[in-house]
Amino acid sequence: MKFKVNNEEVFASTGGRPFDKNKPLIIFIHGSGLTHMCWVLQTRYFAFHGYSVLALDLPGHGLSEGKSLTSIEDMADWINDVIDAVGFHQASLVGHSQGCLVAVECASRYPNKIKTLSLMGGAGAIPMNPELLALAENSDPKAVDLMMDFAHGPSGHFGGHPVPGLYHLNTGSMLVQSKEIKDTLGVDFRACQNYTNGFEAAKKLDLPTLSILADKDRMCRLKDGQKLADHINGSEMHVIKNCGHMMLLEEADQTLAILKKFILEKYPII
Amino acid sequence: MDPKTYKFDTLSLHAGYQPDKNAGSRQVPIYQTTSYLFDDVDHAAALFNLERGGHIYSRISNPTVGVLEERVAALEGGTAAIATSSGMAAIFLAIMTLCESGDHIVASSQVYGGTANLLRLTLPKFGINTTFVKPRDTQGFQKAIQKNTKCIFGELLGNPGNELMNMPEVADIAHNAGIPLMIDSTYQTPYLCKPFDFGADIVVHSLTKWMAGHGSSMAGIIVEGGKFNWMQNDKFPSLTKEYEGYHGLSFAEEFGPVAFTMKARAEGMRDFGPCLSPQNAWNVMQGIETLSVRMEKHCANAEKMVEYLLAHESAAWVSHPSAPDHPDYELAKKILPKGRGSMIAFGIKGGKEAGTAFINNVKLASHLANVGDTRTLVIHPASATHSQMDEATLKFAGLSQDMIRLSVGIEDIEDIKNDFEDGFRAAKKPKLVANK
Repeated sequence: MKFKVNNEEVFASTGGRPFDKNKPLIIFIHGSGLTHMCWVLQTRYFAFHGYSVLALDLPGHGLSEGKSLTSIEDMADWINDVIDAVGFHQASLVGHSQGCLVAVECASRYPNKIKTLSLMGGAGAIPMNPELLALAENSDPKAVDLMMDFAHGPSGHFGGHPVPGLYHLNTGSMLVQSKEIKDTLGVDFRACQNYTNGFEAAKKLDLPTLSILADKDRMCRLKDGQKLADHINGSEMHVIKNCGHMMLLEEADQTLAILKKFILEKYPII
Repeated sequence: MDPKTYKFDTLSLHAGYQPDKNAGSRQVPIYQTTSYLFDDVDHAAALFNLERGGHIYSRISNPTVGVLEERVAALEGGTAAIATSSGMAAIFLAIMTLCESGDHIVASSQVYGGTANLLRLTLPKFGINTTFVKPRDTQGFQKAIQKNTKCIFGELLGNPGNELMNMPEVADIAHNAGIPLMIDSTYQTPYLCKPFDFGADIVVHSLTKWMAGHGSSMAGIIVEGGKFNWMQNDKFPSLTKEYEGYHGLSFAEEFGPVAFTMKARAEGMRDFGPCLSPQNAWNVMQGIETLSVRMEKHCANAEKMVEYLLAHESAAWVSHPSAPDHPDYELAKKILPKGRGSMIAFGIKGGKEAGTAFINNVKLASHLANVGDTRTLVIHPASATHSQMDEATLKFAGLSQDMIRLSVGIEDIEDIKNDFEDGFRAAKKPKLVANK
């Protein structure tokens, strides 16, 4: 659906069901350069099972208007604005990669609004490889190729997409290239590079938090995800084996099963 | 720093499959089953609602077929693919996923006879009409576009005349009109050309030909490039608007770079059912494992046959983009740098009568209605593959009565030449009889 946030049109997938203000809200926040489409194997389940779902396109990404936000802090504030714009007082956040930085920062800034956090392939900081950052900021398609290489584990590289006929690497590549690379991936990578408040924000959190990590993750390594989880009081952690950074697609069923259990228990439909 | 993603020859062998988690099978297992157990009612509902990936019924998808689909998508540089029972099924499914009654297609006039008949005679019964344009008439494609045109369709190298479509320019024309370019790339295979690199949006193949390569199994496939923005205009409402068949789903919004494939499967496979058997999918994959090796030999043999035919007194003319006098020689070097394919069209002196004698007297080359076998194949199109066309349509399609279509195999080149000598010798005899 489309709606306005700060006078700019925003697109969010509602998971194939009409958006309903009477159901608990789950907001999905994508990673660097990506769009709402990376969440399709999680969102539709919750939308068909009693939740209102918004898988957002961040400003300037996917089908959303405007320019990309340049800092994780701005993105965190924008998530708060989204919650207000759709007329809710609270939400549960699910983030992937850069989306985890945004979710943690948002929850630390707006503790009364955010009810649970689910972090996939997250870390407390995501410093960028200088060469990769430069390539992305120059709209060099090689940045996307490198990102697809680093972001995928065995399933991504060999294949075995849970949806018959889809090929991970090229689908991911096209998602990133749906807009000018420097305007999305380049800005996002720079925002990740500049963000230093992750562990401080994490220490402030006092809400049910889930970390889903992968042992073959080369973008946010397992030990970095564990370090973030260690900074969050009472955080629950699961490690998916033989999987890369794109666990939400590479091991979509496992990811959904863990997420379902956590959200149904910690953020139940009343 | 360079990406360490797998390259073409490795993908030919491995893409789409990791050794089976249950039995450790190194080769792709053949899932000879119609249907798949649901864990529980919730799991069944999730699959039917497209909440999660997986298999329901082999008309819609099958694990063995799925490996083939991923493999071809990987080789073509596409986001997704959907395999079908034949190449014609792929073309029909692709067009029915794009078009509705009242829509229009602009197509190259040099296409396989079956495709020509589908576009010319069958699709009008569904309210979908086609304007044909000669493949070298790039501006003709522009002129033929109407308000209701939904795609430009063509074969890169036209069957059987070997006229080359200027794919990058035709792609620009399509994109300026807000419509996709669909290319039948059967003749090239992704080894020789990846049409997505030259602006195509949808690629179809008859996998029966070079991809499978051994003349054993029928199969087709549609591959999606993932770049085309279906939401840029209102030409494709069944992809962009709410679809009643899936709770108001918008394929373009929900699935973006794989929207076309998702719709083709969710609607087309469900409603038309042109599914590929797992056995045939497996057979095709055996062929793809050696695609590079075979295509190199096919192309090398073809170039030697072109030299042979150009020098032969019985050949009236020879058409192959490797021939320096071919009108598309330079364009072919750019679009097909690794080889110009193994299809040769040539005219035989003495016309139809000589052609008949030639075909009846070659012994190594097989006279049949196929191309892209490992074996050398010959046919007289005017009396076989394109026989449903009248004289005027034949001419427009670039065919002549003296044309012989040759699909060069990977036998020893000297054996092929010797066989052709027998054919040419026999082809001269009817003329001598007539002179008497």
